Amino acid sequence: MIPLQHFLIVSAGLLCLGLYIVLVRKNAVAILMGIELILNGASIAFVAFSRYVSGAVTGQTFVIFIIIIAVCEAAVALAIILNIYQNFRTVDTDQTKELKG
Amino acid sequence: MIFYAVAAIVLGSAVIVALSRNIVYSAFALLLTFFSIAGVYVFLSAEFLAVAQVVIYVGGILVLIIFAVMLTNKVKDVNLSNPSAPAYIAGPLVALIFAGLVWLITSTPWKVALSQDMGTVNDIGNILMGKYMLAFEVAAVLLLGALLGAAYLARPVRSAHGRKNNTLSGSDSTLSDASNGARKERN
Repeated sequence: MIPLQHFLIVSAGLLCLGLYIVLVRKNAVAILMGIELILNGASIAFVAFSRYVSGAVTGQTFVIFIIIIAVCEAAVALAIILNIYQNFRTVDTDQTKELKG
Repeated sequence: MIFYAVAAIVLGSAVIVALSRNIVYSAFALLLTFFSIAGVYVFLSAEFLAVAQVVIYVGGILVLIIFAVMLTNKVKDVNLSNPSAPAYIAGPLVALIFAGLVWLITSTPWKVALSQDMGTVNDIGNILMGKYMLAFEVAAVLLLGALLGAAYLARPVRSAHGRKNNTLSGSDSTLSDASNGARKERN
């Protein structure tokens, strides 16, 4: 039987790698990938606790809502990124500095 | 054991996502990460979530991300994606956070009470349609709003005047169609 701690360490590793991507990368699409990794790490922690500690399906239900939020966020963020690319011809987050419509 | 192989694939491909300089490689490593996270869900006996992970993340979000990569980089300069600016600050900071989390996880005495039968689709459906009914409906409205918002934002260029009016009236008619459909459903 795999102990609970090992699942949590995988989840913490995904969280930290996603955080690293969000901090270091400058491409907006790559930052979006980092956010997806963070959300997946949180989901693994939720399912692990739901299996090992609470014994109910509440954690799994919460993960379903996390997936829904992730889909919405990805769709809207990619639409915004495409618009930024149309206006600035780049998706580098250091070069898109003005908020002019 | 198989679990440790799957966990190694999860973390290894996530490291590739983080460190690869070519963003196309990052996107395809993300595909591997999502698949192996579905494997981790199977080890947690959450089969429904494993299937949802493959269908939604791999089939939906990842295709969107790859589309965005292809549309926002000219094929020629795909290689010069992202010079890592403050990696020497962010790397130690994130390593410190990870060490703290691992210390927290290993030193806490978790009250583990392993349940035998759980995670069937039946249970999830019951709880979703019973206790969490309101959140479920709010999520449905959120998805509709995100769909309309994304379609509005990613409209074609608004420079040509006649074209702008065309797309606007088109989106208006689809909007009223959708709300009519929703009203019919409710009745």
